[in-house]
Amino acid sequence: MPHFQALGMELGKIADGKAEISMAYDERFIGDPETGVISGGAVSALMDTTSGAAVMCHPTGTMGTATLDLRIDYMRPATPGQRITAHAECYHVTRTVAFVRATATDEDTSRPVATATGTFTIQREEGGKK
Amino acid sequence: MSRSRPEPVQVIKQRRDAALTSLVDGVPYAKFLGISFDRRGDELTAVLPFDEKLIGNQMLPAIHGGVTAAFLEITAVIGLSWQMLWNDIESGDAGGDMTLPRMPKTIDFTIDYLRSGLPRDAYARARVNRSGRRYASVHVEGWQDNRQRLFAQATGHFLMPQRDE
Repeated sequence: MPHFQALGMELGKIADGKAEISMAYDERFIGDPETGVISGGAVSALMDTTSGAAVMCHPTGTMGTATLDLRIDYMRPATPGQRITAHAECYHVTRTVAFVRATATDEDTSRPVATATGTFTIQREEGGKK
Repeated sequence: MSRSRPEPVQVIKQRRDAALTSLVDGVPYAKFLGISFDRRGDELTAVLPFDEKLIGNQMLPAIHGGVTAAFLEITAVIGLSWQMLWNDIESGDAGGDMTLPRMPKTIDFTIDYLRSGLPRDAYARARVNRSGRRYASVHVEGWQDNRQRLFAQATGHFLMPQRDE
């Protein structure tokens, strides 16, 4: 995944519909130079990736996934200089849709920077039951 | 009653372009993704030229959903700031070396992915549906080759920067 590398994302634990991915602080990802706070867009990219990874590792087994919709709530600015870590959980899967929620924190893990909920497509094997 | 003479077109254009440039330069992440803005009068179109690093799924290939989210969100933030600044730009209070007000802060952002992002240039336009003293609601549309076939749309709520307080 080229964009995964472009953002310097690092994989944490990925299993059973749960995924952890983190992203180091990088000045290129700043949204507001006056404060040095990371752009909401970069946090969105991290949350989207982590959510997609949670769908891919769900035990039901999916060949591929794409985001249908994603809602992100920004609770507070991430502290400049700190690594941002996202945790996502794929908590329900139907034949065609996966439901995911995710949380992003910086080094203060008690107060989330952002949360997200999203739905993702489920691509089953070709020729499988539709 | 005489009206003051309208300013020469070059002066107006220079001031509008300078304001837009300083606004976009204020978001390093926009530069990282390669986003620029086309301006016609007060209308802005965000442009995201295709680049290999924007790919999320190499099999399809498709633009990363996170890139699409970031592209639409930056379009919304710049579009909202641009509208906030417009009167200052026109009256000449804002220009080349002006001090920009603080950026609006995203409260929430909901992205609707309508079709996968092709390995092509992408465009987006923001419409400020409500802009109050504290909160604003902005809708963004993103498309690629065909303006009628959106590949993504989004709605976001923003906390407005407090001015003169």
